Amino acid sequence: MASKLTRSNRAGWLMASPGIALIAAFIILPFFLAFTFSLTNQRLASPNPTKYVGFENYRDLLGLAYFTLEPERDDAGAVVRSADGDIKYPRLRNFTRNNPDYPNLQGKREWFSWQSGENRKVVLASDVVFMKALVNTITFVVVVAPVQAGLALILALLINQKLRGISLFRAVYFMPVVVSIVVVSLLWRFIYSPGDGLLNNLLSALTFGAFTPQDWLGNPSTALGSIIAMSIWQGVGFHMVIWLSGLQTISPTLYEAAQIEGSSKWQTFRYVTWPGLRNTAILILIVITMQAFALFAQIEVMTQGGPLDSTQVLVFQAFERGYGKQDISGGSTISVILFIIVLSVSLLQRWLTREKK
Amino acid sequence: MNKTLILSALIAGSLTGSALAQTELSLWYHGAGSANAEEALVNQLVEEFNASQSDWTVVIETFPQLAYNDAVGAAALAGKLPDILDVDGPVMPNWAWANYMQPLGIDESTLEGYLPGPIGRWNGEVYSVGLWDAAVALTTRRSTLEKYGIRIPTLETPWTLDEFNSALETIKASGDFEYPLDLGMAWKGEWYPYAFSPFLQSFGGDIVDRDSYQSAEGILNGDEALAFGEWWQSLFTNGYVPGTSQDSADRETGLLEGKYAMSWNGNWAALPVVEAFGDDVLFLPAPDFGNGSKIGAASWQFGISGTSEHPEGARAFIEFALQDKWFAAFSDGTGLIPVTASAAEATENYKPGGPLEVFYGLSKEQALLRPVTPGYIVQAKVFEKALADIANGADVADTLDAAADEINEDIENNGGYGH
Amino acid sequence: MMAAVSADNRGLRLATRYAVLLLVAIIFVFPLLFMAMSSLKPDQQLLSDTDSLRAFLPVGDISFNNYFAAFERAPIGVFVFNSVLVTGITVVLTILVCSLAGFAFVFLDWTGRGVVFSILLATLIIPYETIFIPLLLMASQLPWIGTEGIEIGWLNTYRVQIIPFIADGLSIFLFVQFFKDLPRELIEASRVEGASWWFIYRRVVMPLSGPVIATAAILKFLFMYNQYLWPLMVVQAEEIRPVMVGLGYFTDQLNVPWGEVMAYLTIITIPVLAFYLSLQRVFIASVASTGVKG
Repeated sequence: MASKLTRSNRAGWLMASPGIALIAAFIILPFFLAFTFSLTNQRLASPNPTKYVGFENYRDLLGLAYFTLEPERDDAGAVVRSADGDIKYPRLRNFTRNNPDYPNLQGKREWFSWQSGENRKVVLASDVVFMKALVNTITFVVVVAPVQAGLALILALLINQKLRGISLFRAVYFMPVVVSIVVVSLLWRFIYSPGDGLLNNLLSALTFGAFTPQDWLGNPSTALGSIIAMSIWQGVGFHMVIWLSGLQTISPTLYEAAQIEGSSKWQTFRYVTWPGLRNTAILILIVITMQAFALFAQIEVMTQGGPLDSTQVLVFQAFERGYGKQDISGGSTISVILFIIVLSVSLLQRWLTREKK
Repeated sequence: MNKTLILSALIAGSLTGSALAQTELSLWYHGAGSANAEEALVNQLVEEFNASQSDWTVVIETFPQLAYNDAVGAAALAGKLPDILDVDGPVMPNWAWANYMQPLGIDESTLEGYLPGPIGRWNGEVYSVGLWDAAVALTTRRSTLEKYGIRIPTLETPWTLDEFNSALETIKASGDFEYPLDLGMAWKGEWYPYAFSPFLQSFGGDIVDRDSYQSAEGILNGDEALAFGEWWQSLFTNGYVPGTSQDSADRETGLLEGKYAMSWNGNWAALPVVEAFGDDVLFLPAPDFGNGSKIGAASWQFGISGTSEHPEGARAFIEFALQDKWFAAFSDGTGLIPVTASAAEATENYKPGGPLEVFYGLSKEQALLRPVTPGYIVQAKVFEKALADIANGADVADTLDAAADEINEDIENNGGYGH
Repeated sequence: MMAAVSADNRGLRLATRYAVLLLVAIIFVFPLLFMAMSSLKPDQQLLSDTDSLRAFLPVGDISFNNYFAAFERAPIGVFVFNSVLVTGITVVLTILVCSLAGFAFVFLDWTGRGVVFSILLATLIIPYETIFIPLLLMASQLPWIGTEGIEIGWLNTYRVQIIPFIADGLSIFLFVQFFKDLPRELIEASRVEGASWWFIYRRVVMPLSGPVIATAAILKFLFMYNQYLWPLMVVQAEEIRPVMVGLGYFTDQLNVPWGEVMAYLTIITIPVLAFYLSLQRVFIASVASTGVKG
């Protein structure tokens, strides 16, 4: 009965077609063009003809090798040690540069290594910067998605109270969202400023001077964390509002029933609020994940990927290569890889959050 | 004679109405929003050119500087380049190679007596000419050096590497300054290759092999380059220089406020220092690290776009701009270096005895163009990243190896860039 | 004990609640306060004030000089007008196009619906930054019917800043998620009564969709108003440049005039704040009204 009432090919296509056509023309088609570029040597500006190169761009980005570095030994075969007792190894560049015995290492660089007995195991990558960008992007997503969603829910619960002036607080919490991320990044450069910057001053005041000022964006171990904190600060208000609209669709009668049955606050949240937020939660998780993968403006304004590649991320690399280094094919290849990663993640998310029947 | 001009103009006006047979020429310029006089002067130049003849009307469009190259790249892709382009000297070969630009076609004898920096040559032809050049010097105070008993270097006998290092150490040890030297690490982008690659060249290395422009192997990671890299890193590990996270405000005011003893800075920033320090100010040549003192050269220049349908009009505009009068006007307005000696004599700052005269000498004697190759755009970025990474503690040899590899790969991917 | 909550205790709990709310508010507002206050100070003082709480206070040499200087430096009015125009048109068209599509996906049953929706969902994850170059190549070749017949090329126009951004996966997805929770009986009842789909969309569904319209509008507004890279690439004439490109007039200088930057940032932030605050009321009202009906 219902299916007969809603069955309408003509009306369906008619109503959906403007949106479908626009997305096909301005997102899908350019994306396929980008995919095509990734199989060529397309440049931004070049008089040279464009050539088809197959998957070479992908190999240049994804190539990996594994190598065991053996310690240097003296004539007697004993391991050479430095003055501090550290084992001395030959330089990796002896193997990776023009060494005919190791053609698979040619041009590769150390990505990371670990100690294994006397030997050092090294993983080399064709494009270490890309690998670091990949790891940083995933780190960013893995930290930001749950933390930001969780904080947003706490904030939503906080401003879902019936208090005088609550809408003022709601507006204030949302304010960072409406400010351009470029503007926010510029402002936070002052906050993170080394030495006597705002944050350093605040922290040393709070700890009565016990805090040592940090070079937040200039130190490889704090740079990505600083950008994560700022990104959450900027984005959390938006997801708070989505949670809030979810909270407000939960019928008040359910809460009344819970109160009558004498359930605790936690029980009410667990058995009334949370189940009512299911769709909202899925939406928020998906939205945050995608926004996090697209991280770009903060990096562009604040660190340009530095220091020591500690804030390199994929979209910035795609941009930097495509525009800055005029390598459209390389930039497009990163875009395609990013697309495949995000697609897999969102398929996984959909599978995990599917309606169990 | 003026009367006849006016009369003929009136007659012409009455005959053809207001629509004289003028062809519009578009001109793109990079300095939107710059508070200094440069933008106003460019506008004045355009107005005077438009008034000086009746064939062409130049219409100017200005862009914010960081956006300019992207805008030109986008316009070239779309086939919408203007007639006259403003181009940063080291970028010109790239645009010429990609056919964004065409040879100027002006008589080269008009360029005689020019400083080397402002003439943009590619494949044996002149593609762009600048109305000014820029130079960099070690800015400090005579009293500072005298206080610590440091010899004041000259153009003929600049500091050696050892002298420079010990000067830095002496000032550092005094504890009077936060840092002995400010290199301007806060200025990201083109400043790094412009200001710092001459150090590498003075050490005997370079960004790329200038004979063939086909490889950086052994040039950017050879022994000389490694020596440069180790020295460069030592500046930061010894605490002589603020690092890559330097505050841009400190870059502006650190020297004047006494945070830094010396500053490696351009002539465009020189006038405030002269005002603050008066006769005490010193503009010192770059140290000689073994192969002579070197500084960067070439600033913004004018050229004709590859797709211009009226190159003769664009040429007429550029030839009109190439007058001592304009060189002097730009120099007076902005503090930039005039391109001819005769123009320099007519300026306030660069005439004999003028406060910035020394920069003209630096530009003439020590200026070295950045690698003249279409690949420079990529090489500059690779070099910048390598220097930032080394400053932040990366292994020198590995970093320079990686940089050389990336440059070589890029050259190969671009079929040798047409050399 | 639970029953004997004293008035004092309740007062204390209320105070705690407000204290928490206030603390969180401070965290969210202090950079913006810094921006607004700094815009009133001369550069030197602005920079030296960042050492202390003075950064957040209107103290010292306070004036609107930075604002005057900022208006001197760049045609700010033109930039703001362009941004508001481009953003406004896009938002309206987005709401129309994407809600229609969302409606079709949720309430109508048509061949290909599932496949098309999966493809749209996949496009959600393509960051615009990564397709701008191919998009630029396309935009330069697209035809348009203008006053003088068919012209080729969209560059240097308002439309190139608007049309590519009307439809996007996220907006459609938002509408779909919202429509799914609307009572289906409502639509079916209208169908039984013989209402057309257009009527149901316009008279039944959209009036109930205040919250999602507000959400989608805010999201699109923010995206459009804050666009930087795309207008930079496609717009050359100063007359049609938006605000974010205008920021370069201030920050692309060797010696950045920070006071003017702060003034400019404050000016360009006001329209967005105003838009949000005006919509917030609609947004809350709609939530309340749907709550009553549900």
